[in-house]
Amino acid sequence: MSDLATHILVYGYGNPGRGDDGLGPALVAALEPLHTAGLACESDYQLSVEDAATLAEYDVVVFVDADMNGPEPFWFDRVEPSRELGFSSHSATPGQVVALAREMFGAQVKAYALGIRGYHFGELGESLSEQASANLALALAFAQRAVREQHFDKYTRQFGVDSGRGCACDPQPEA
Amino acid sequence: MSVIKRVVIEPVTRVEGHGKVTILLDEAGKVVQARLHVVEFRGFERFIQGRFFWEVPVLTQRLCGICPVSHHLAAAKAMDRIVGGENLTPTAEKIRRLMHYGQMYQSHALHFFHLASPDLLFGFDADPAIRNVIGVAAKYPELAVQAVMMRKYGQEVIKATAGKKIHGTGAIPGGVNKNLSLAERDVLLKDIDQQLAWARSAVKIAREYTTAHLKELLPFGSFESNHLSLVRADGAMDLYHGNLRAVDNQGTKIFDQIDYQKYVDFIAEDVRDWSYMKFPFIKTLGPETGWYRVGPLARLNTADFIDTPAAESARKEFRAVTGGKTNNVTMAYHWARMVELLHSIEKIQALLHDADLQGSDLVVKGERREEGVGVIEAPRGTLFHHYRVDKNDQVVMGNLIVSTTHNNEPMNRAVTKVAQDHLSGVEITEGLLNRIEVAIRAYDPCLSCATHALGQMALDVSVLDVEGKVLAEKSR
Repeated sequence: MSDLATHILVYGYGNPGRGDDGLGPALVAALEPLHTAGLACESDYQLSVEDAATLAEYDVVVFVDADMNGPEPFWFDRVEPSRELGFSSHSATPGQVVALAREMFGAQVKAYALGIRGYHFGELGESLSEQASANLALALAFAQRAVREQHFDKYTRQFGVDSGRGCACDPQPEA
Repeated sequence: MSVIKRVVIEPVTRVEGHGKVTILLDEAGKVVQARLHVVEFRGFERFIQGRFFWEVPVLTQRLCGICPVSHHLAAAKAMDRIVGGENLTPTAEKIRRLMHYGQMYQSHALHFFHLASPDLLFGFDADPAIRNVIGVAAKYPELAVQAVMMRKYGQEVIKATAGKKIHGTGAIPGGVNKNLSLAERDVLLKDIDQQLAWARSAVKIAREYTTAHLKELLPFGSFESNHLSLVRADGAMDLYHGNLRAVDNQGTKIFDQIDYQKYVDFIAEDVRDWSYMKFPFIKTLGPETGWYRVGPLARLNTADFIDTPAAESARKEFRAVTGGKTNNVTMAYHWARMVELLHSIEKIQALLHDADLQGSDLVVKGERREEGVGVIEAPRGTLFHHYRVDKNDQVVMGNLIVSTTHNNEPMNRAVTKVAQDHLSGVEITEGLLNRIEVAIRAYDPCLSCATHALGQMALDVSVLDVEGKVLAEKSR
């Protein structure tokens, strides 16, 4: 059962008008109507600095984004605060937003990233590719299960990107 | 045979998308030219062909996750012409203006505090490990939090007027689809005094920094140029609507009060074989001398005055630095940007007290047309949207000139100036790299769009000879 004292944010980001770049918002669009207890959903074109203030309101955040090169169909891993350079102008990485949330607001939020493999980026298109849609379905099933169970760290060991492999199978439905 | 070496830097960090800088040297090692190669996203004009015109204000937001509101409003203004609804109801125009000032406010706050301030607070030569927004948060936490809350406020204004963050639908051909409820207004009014105080403080920071470092900043990436923007009929700065005005490097008007529906009679676009991005220019002057700057610096150079008191006072201080003449200092963009930030929040405050925002007369229509141009002053500069629509309501032609394209030649000039002043031999020092980034960043360019999936972001530097052979590489 969900621990209602734990406030979880699932934050999907990407541009839905750029093909598979919209995987993050697509997952949120599918997850939000389920009204899972203790879960809030947010989506935007990209992460930005003001998201640090939002993160400070939650215990756990799961960033969801498309991945151009990662394992199929998705991977799931911890996000550590990052001071790395590479700010692309007006957007930020999950690690940078977490670092800012800690630095500016003293947030202790635990952060995770769910990277869903996509294939077609940079082209204007309103729909996901067929393969990305299939990956999205598996990622959605996984996200529902992880949020319900709140066993995030367990799943990072199973689907962490460092292992060089993603989730190779559909997560088993909850008993 | 003369050998020209090329120094290549890519991508430029903290500007949107990926750009590549190539510095051309002569055989004596002297910089002859610098080129900013922009990987510009193309294809939108083709994408919208065949789409119904009323879809375009929403579709255009897919161009860019950085300034979707600007594209949304410029497209809506063009489609106002299509439906004969360019004379908006007071409620519709004020809702759109509120949305636009919210966009301007959040964009300028983000750029100044989180992209530019690390350079200004720590110095151009500071260690990149601390010369970033996280370094600012650590050393100046109050400033960093303030900036986040300013950005967040602007986003809340946008959400209240556009309906949602992604693919907002607030503006429609001939008007808007919602007003601002009293509850929404009261939420925004709650913080307005604090936002105004922070905006005044931001102008003070920018002014004091610029005046204190004037000797260093005057030549930095600077050059004389023309400037272009919209201005109101009485010459006031107007970020949402007006007519085109261009001035030269001395402030003399090149043209004034030009109806932007006729922009093709006054502005053309040059192409060069080394760049995918075009080079706009004023037709009467030609491509060699007719290029111009847009954005905050240009707007403060073209406008006769600003119609909000605090920003007008700040504008006068800004103009006084150059004795009232045209300001051609590249780094003055930052100060100008903060004057506009203050103007935007003053406008937001005035609008929130205007009962027209709760009006219910939202849409007008008139004589149907088959062609329309919409122009707006986006945070980065003048943005043109031009469409033709057939009798079946489907788009048959679209042409966009975005702010970064207008500033293409100026950015190349700025990089050339920096390279001429700071490149020694072919070594790409951290100092040179930093300064090239600082010069480009002054324009706040949006080099491509918001496709940004996990796995990108790096800074690689290469030195190539004329045949493309890599002489040296550097990564950050």
